[in-house]
Amino acid sequence: MRIPLSWLREFAQVPVDATAEDVMADLVKVGFEEEEVHRPTDELTGPVVVGQVLSLVKEPQTNGKTTNWCQVRVVPEGQEQTLTGEGIDPSGVQGIICGAHNFVEGDKVVVTLPGAVLPGNFQISARKTYGHLSAGMIASVRELGIGDDHDGILVLSRIGLDPEIGTDAMELLGLYDQAAEINVTPDRGYAFSIRGVAREYAHATGTSFVDPASKVSAPASLQGGYGVKLNDDAPIYGKPGCDRFVARTVRGVDASRPTPPWMSARLRLAGVRSISLPVDISNYVMLELGQPNHCYDLDKLSGDIVVRRAVAGEKITTLDDKVRTLDVEDLLITDDSGAIGIAGVMGGAHTEVSDSTTNILVEAAHFDEVSIARSRRRHKLPSEASKRFERGVDWHVANVAAQRVVDLLVELAGGTADEAGTDVGTAPDAVTIELPAEFAAARIGIDFTEEQITTSLVDLGATVEKTPSGYVVAAPSWRNDLETKEDLSEEIARLVGYDNIPSTLPVAPPGRGLSRSQQQKRRVVQALADAGLTEVLSYPFVSKAANDTFGVAAEGAARPALKLANPISEEQGFLRTSILPGLIEVARRNHSRGFRDLAVYEAGSVFLPGETLGTDSIPPLGVKPSDEVLDGLYDGVPHQPLHIAAVLTGHDSPAAATHTPRAWDWADALDVARLMADVLGVELVVSQGNHQAFHPGRAAQLALRNGDVVGYAGELHPKLLAAHDMPARSVALEVNVEALFEAAADVIVAKHISGFPVATQDVALVVPQDVPADQVLSALREGAGELLEDVALFDVYAGPGIDEGKKSLAFGLRFRADDRTLTADEASEARASAVAVAAERFGAVQR
Amino acid sequence: MTDTLPGAAIPNPLDEAAINAAVEDAIAAISAASSLEELKAVRLAHTGEKSPLSLANREIGGLAKEHKAAAGKLMGSSRGRVNQALAARTEVLEAENDARILVEETVDVTAAPRRRRAGARHPLSTLQDRVSDIFVGMGWEIAEGPEVESEWFNFDALNFKPDHPAREMQDTFFVEPPEAHLLMRTHTSPVQVRSMLEREVPIYVLCPGKVFRTDELDATHTPVFHQFEGLAIDKDLSMADLRGTLEHFARQMFGDEASIRLRPNYFPFTEPSAELDIWHPGAKGGPRWIEWGGCGMVNPNVLRAAGIDPDIYSGFAFGMGIERTLMFRNEVGDMRDMIEGDVRFSEHFGMEI
Repeated sequence: MRIPLSWLREFAQVPVDATAEDVMADLVKVGFEEEEVHRPTDELTGPVVVGQVLSLVKEPQTNGKTTNWCQVRVVPEGQEQTLTGEGIDPSGVQGIICGAHNFVEGDKVVVTLPGAVLPGNFQISARKTYGHLSAGMIASVRELGIGDDHDGILVLSRIGLDPEIGTDAMELLGLYDQAAEINVTPDRGYAFSIRGVAREYAHATGTSFVDPASKVSAPASLQGGYGVKLNDDAPIYGKPGCDRFVARTVRGVDASRPTPPWMSARLRLAGVRSISLPVDISNYVMLELGQPNHCYDLDKLSGDIVVRRAVAGEKITTLDDKVRTLDVEDLLITDDSGAIGIAGVMGGAHTEVSDSTTNILVEAAHFDEVSIARSRRRHKLPSEASKRFERGVDWHVANVAAQRVVDLLVELAGGTADEAGTDVGTAPDAVTIELPAEFAAARIGIDFTEEQITTSLVDLGATVEKTPSGYVVAAPSWRNDLETKEDLSEEIARLVGYDNIPSTLPVAPPGRGLSRSQQQKRRVVQALADAGLTEVLSYPFVSKAANDTFGVAAEGAARPALKLANPISEEQGFLRTSILPGLIEVARRNHSRGFRDLAVYEAGSVFLPGETLGTDSIPPLGVKPSDEVLDGLYDGVPHQPLHIAAVLTGHDSPAAATHTPRAWDWADALDVARLMADVLGVELVVSQGNHQAFHPGRAAQLALRNGDVVGYAGELHPKLLAAHDMPARSVALEVNVEALFEAAADVIVAKHISGFPVATQDVALVVPQDVPADQVLSALREGAGELLEDVALFDVYAGPGIDEGKKSLAFGLRFRADDRTLTADEASEARASAVAVAAERFGAVQR
Repeated sequence: MTDTLPGAAIPNPLDEAAINAAVEDAIAAISAASSLEELKAVRLAHTGEKSPLSLANREIGGLAKEHKAAAGKLMGSSRGRVNQALAARTEVLEAENDARILVEETVDVTAAPRRRRAGARHPLSTLQDRVSDIFVGMGWEIAEGPEVESEWFNFDALNFKPDHPAREMQDTFFVEPPEAHLLMRTHTSPVQVRSMLEREVPIYVLCPGKVFRTDELDATHTPVFHQFEGLAIDKDLSMADLRGTLEHFARQMFGDEASIRLRPNYFPFTEPSAELDIWHPGAKGGPRWIEWGGCGMVNPNVLRAAGIDPDIYSGFAFGMGIERTLMFRNEVGDMRDMIEGDVRFSEHFGMEI
């Protein structure tokens, strides 16, 4: 909401020298955030004066144009020019070249004299042009920055002005005024008006306030006016769409008269474009009193006005000349011809006022917030009217606003108001709230005095009745946001000032610290950074193709994914089922920025919809849903486990004079995954993986002991890397760490540490090429029994000496007993039983 | 064949002068040895089997019985002197040698390669941990919830009326199909509701996490960002308790000079509601007030939605943006730096914030 200071000053005690910044600084104290300052003089400086064209000589030019060589008097005859400066003629008459032709000798115009600066930093000076010294400019509204719909010169008589020559035109056109723009929160519809803001300004500064509504003398009742029927047969939530409709008639207006400059200046500062006198008056009253209203061309109406819901398929052409198909829930203003307006949202084109309109019907009605909000959303028609109606308008101000429009039409457009008028509808019950005496003090923490409470509430416009237990408060009719004792507490605190709230630190009961999974998450995220990886973040929005490639379920098929109804880009319209697509993009970006050696990781949610998706309906607010309904809500929310993924590309360290770095390879990816499992104390079972994003021969599937697959690690598929402009041999991994968290033991049972010596034995086994080393190792471990402390693969060999299609695996076995020194025979025996199991399972032959 | 020095005769083991001369010869040679290799040659020449002293010693066997003792004594002490000199010289030369090797092994330490890459945390993640730790230190607990959420938890339970414009204050990503009433949470407040439903009062929880709004990415907006929200539900909590909590927190984050200011505002889920400004003593360009977040006393409708009796319990809530905090606390100028994943951004912070 933009507040022109001159307007605010009419109703509140704004100091003469106050700036828009000062006003905003006051209003922020009562809850209106500052947005912007609108001040014409920031862009326009004088001298800009009223001049009269004394003579005008048309001079054809070689370029085909005709210019006017004008003598313009800028000081009243007989007086001396008091301005001095280069290009200012002491005679009081300026010679000016002008290209426009919409004015004649004798016209009074706006002259920007040398030294003036116009919007766009356009400096006015005396300069030679078309054979003359042109000392100034005869200005158009566009050049003055006060409009864009006039091409020609601003001739003052055409906007109803006949000022004295030499008058400061900036003063005349309201250009010294300024506006404070504030943000109005959605609960405070009343503050979309000068009336509302002036009251708040008074609250903020502790000064007095005159209600603009009190300056209008509206009749107590209206009768015999235009026929209006309120026929809402389908109220929303039982609330009638229209509960008041005031109609007033003004005849014999001259709609073509210009809007007076003071009014257009205020409208302009308020951000509303001047359109025509009746429309400007309508908007002016809306801005002043907060009551949206509408002017119909009375002669284009046929029959009674009926306010009703639309019928299926009904259409209307709105003021913006668009044909709109209406919904049965839309509330309409209709006459015998059909819809003439979408109530509270936008009027119809057919009954619009024009320059030739002579008789006007003024509407000031009160509509249901929800009904207007829905129509506005449905038709995507955010208008100044709907903005106010959906937040709530004062029911009681409708007839006042109608009267104000009528008064202005009479005064400015020369009309005559009918005595008769229409006012139908039923006033809503006033909201009364019980406020226990100590409630506000307890909620805010300030020991409010009784006087502070009553004064604050009365200042708001409420009526307050003291009772033995506290207060009964009737909220003012324009404050539909005040419904509860909590609301009143805020108002009291706001008016007394939030700065008076003291500070106390409540002590929470003893807590449990971070939960186990929170600690686990921290540990694993930190471990990767400690291991030299760099944590990054990426967006969860991905393409369908990315999900299909990366979000692989255990069976190898693409996982179902969630689609956004309104994504930022359709291309990235899905929620990720894997972190890798985003992370690969991050790696690619870094790579393209010249960082060749990368190890990046991200921890984040992936979105895995199950069979149930959301709920058909949602429970109402303010009530705890039943357990059954709550379970439905919980179950409908898709599974979103925490994943960690990493991408490694290039080398493990920077190359240096005495150091040859090592290229990352598939085993590094596996190592990072294992590191995560290790820090969590979980064992990962590795097997040959099958995942379309990975190299078919260099991917590991990672599973828990119980067989649950928790991730993949290995070299990314060469074609995928090429398609993503990524270096060959880049490796990656992704692990569902939440599954690891759950698999971690709650309590780790200590192991006995034996002090007896170790006995080591090596064994080389020849097995078929396709037998995974890890399985042979497991067989050895199983066969060796309890004496085995550790077994490790230390060599793989295929070639001369080994049969074709076979390979030799060399393992080192470490044996140790808890209670004695092992003999060589015991160790050999254990080794033999280990080999026996490998032989039985894989046909392993000792080499 | 002979190893004796050319022309040198075998000294008589009873000839003290000759023996002394041989000893002096040996000692002179030992002193003259300038390396362990030379010393080895000297040792062989003067104490080896063919050396004059060894040969003289061998002569003792052939002496008359009465001379043997004197000769033995002379030879023993003479050879002792030589061996002593050898040992001393060996020690000196070895020390010199060791020192020389160390000098030779000198490297240019300034040319050392970085063999291990230094890892880094993302500062948003580090900051989130830091904030959490402050509250855990106050006895609060950390609560989390899903990022795709039921509309009820995100809006209705928080007292957003279905048709009220407040619902549009937060530009929401909806999940298809719309009939399923799922969305990407627009704030971390649904976690408050979940916490109230799942925990027993009193409740003191902090809910950090990712939130989503349909803003295009630019220097100050991103469709994905992070918040932390605090919620306290207990008996007799007031706005003074809210202020005290925020002040304590602000001082942990921005130093003892920091303070906070509350300005009236509107949120459907709090009443009264306030905008929270922080006095940032270390702000770039000098101390000033900076808009930090929103807060207020929990609206009774929110308590009711979670089955908590607002006549018995009251509560306060507050929420701040982590990106915003990072921007003004650590002088990050452009939101895009935080989300593009450029490793330089994370690596500059390392593990700290």
